[in-house]
Amino acid sequence: MTQPVLEVTNLSTHFPTRRGVIKAVDEVSFTVGQREIVGLVGESGSGKSITGFSVLGLVDPPGRVVSGSIRFQGEELTQLPQKAMRAIRGKRIAMIFQDPMMTLNPVLSIGTQMVEAVLAHDRVSRTEARNRARDALGMVGIPSPEERLDAYPHQFSGGMRQRVAIAIALLHRPDLIIADEPTTALDVTIQSQILYEIKRLAQEFSMALVWISHDLGVVAALADRVLVMYAGRIVEAGPVEDVLSQPAHPYTLGLMQAIPSAVPRGEPLRPIPGMAPSPLARPSGCSFRDRCQRATEICSAEPRLDILADREWRCFHPNEGRAA
Amino acid sequence: MSVFIIRRLMQSIAVLFVTAVVVFLGVYAIGDPVEMLISPDASPAERAQVIASLGLDRPMWQQFLTFLWNAVHGDLGRSFVFNRPTISLILERLPATLELTLTALVIALAIGIPLGLISGLKPNSATDEAIMTGSILGFSLPSFWQGMMLIMIFSIWLGWLPSTGRGELGSFLGIQSSFFTLDGLTHLILPAINLSLFKLSLVIRLTRTGVRETMPLDFVKFARAKGISERRIVFVHVLKNILIPLVTVIGMELGSMLAFAVVTETIFAWPGIGKLLIDSIMRLDRPVVVAYLLVIVSLFILINFVVDILYSLIDPRVRLGEQS
Repeated sequence: MTQPVLEVTNLSTHFPTRRGVIKAVDEVSFTVGQREIVGLVGESGSGKSITGFSVLGLVDPPGRVVSGSIRFQGEELTQLPQKAMRAIRGKRIAMIFQDPMMTLNPVLSIGTQMVEAVLAHDRVSRTEARNRARDALGMVGIPSPEERLDAYPHQFSGGMRQRVAIAIALLHRPDLIIADEPTTALDVTIQSQILYEIKRLAQEFSMALVWISHDLGVVAALADRVLVMYAGRIVEAGPVEDVLSQPAHPYTLGLMQAIPSAVPRGEPLRPIPGMAPSPLARPSGCSFRDRCQRATEICSAEPRLDILADREWRCFHPNEGRAA
Repeated sequence: MSVFIIRRLMQSIAVLFVTAVVVFLGVYAIGDPVEMLISPDASPAERAQVIASLGLDRPMWQQFLTFLWNAVHGDLGRSFVFNRPTISLILERLPATLELTLTALVIALAIGIPLGLISGLKPNSATDEAIMTGSILGFSLPSFWQGMMLIMIFSIWLGWLPSTGRGELGSFLGIQSSFFTLDGLTHLILPAINLSLFKLSLVIRLTRTGVRETMPLDFVKFARAKGISERRIVFVHVLKNILIPLVTVIGMELGSMLAFAVVTETIFAWPGIGKLLIDSIMRLDRPVVVAYLLVIVSLFILINFVVDILYSLIDPRVRLGEQS
């Protein structure tokens, strides 16, 4: 069996606040295999982005990884000193952010921002670094890359900026890319282009990809496997076709019934009632039980993780289709 | 760019004209110089002769038009008191003020930016608290009091530095300045510190606020995700963004320091233009006051012009030609 690229075990990332500890990520475990595309799905505030930042060691203080293990190609990242971690960031694990309008520094040229990314990890000449930057821009489909190196972020459209961010992520051919909702801020037509582009590049360079999104539709089109996160925990995981055709967890089902394109025309969309619990006052036991139609007495206890073949879920009343 | 310069020139001429009108009227309102210039026991004939020779017997609009006509031809009138061209009186003293102001500016920037960075990067730490307290003192203690304390401590108690005058002047490339002799430099230290303390506090606060606003932005996090060193993030990514507000405020403050170094110049008997202004107002030497204010307005215009150019160098989003 080949070693997974990323192996996260019982990861907890907490934010101490004046009103109590926010458990943004709570005992999360998952793996990402080589060349695998994993979709990490959840609502705003479910902890999916913080999970991504935790892997890179970029959680904003006062938040921090309090326990658990993150193994990247067999190497433990949580104990790594800052300097060693920096050598991994951008070189072996790259990240693409949500809002391309915000991720590039407005007062530095694209070339400067790309060249510095090359020079941060490789001892090459400036010319060589610039050539690599140019090639990367060309690869993500930016026309006349040589001239565009001298341009500034405001001279690019949102979609083009996201392509630049992707080009920066690809500069060192990382083994893993964490993409934090990279298409959310874009027009729908641009979204599908970027989606296609990332998928193509991931295959071409045999990179593993963690795709963080709140959009099950996007994940369905892209991912091999899907992890569904709710209130800081993974509530369901499995191959994307299986999970989407027969969701086990009521929350996953709820998410699917709230997607316009997945519901037949004429039928009303069914939003999940209520809202995600406040991170400071999560209910005991299953944190979804307040919004769940199947909830019973037993749900006030902590549901354990049920594993069946390649699927897992955390629910006492899984969907009939999957009930073991 | 040339459109920008031409438009700016037209604006400057309009501003100068308006200033000339306002100042001329204002100076008329403060009193009749004749009483100061002529001894009380002069005969009526002598009085009339002096008044006529100064052109004060004609109606005000005629005096203004004469002044304007001469001004357009580069003649800003003659001092009543010194009977010399006002412009040469001012230019004679301007270098002293310039060297004082520039030194104060360099002190404010060279100390203020680093302290502001330290403060902003470690907000609410003991160092930050200490720097902030210091800057509140710099803001709130009156300049004249600070000046007297400096003299008391460093000139009287410790006897390290001279308290008055400009010291020995050195000559370098035909420029006469205190910069070029040791004696001149020791004379410069106290007044320059006195003039800079307020600006120093301002620079610290601006820098600190800028750092605190910029550090949480996505592009800083993205730079970290690229594996860029923290030093480069602070000194390139963050600092270049902070320079934009800093240059704006420094530009305005430089003008006001030049114009109103009066307090410092008076305390330290610094032979600059501020002292000339005060003396001229006391003696109702109208031409000097008018010429002084026009020179200062011109300097303001020049500084603003330089600031606008600096903007376009720092911030690629600013295009000078497109300003409306």
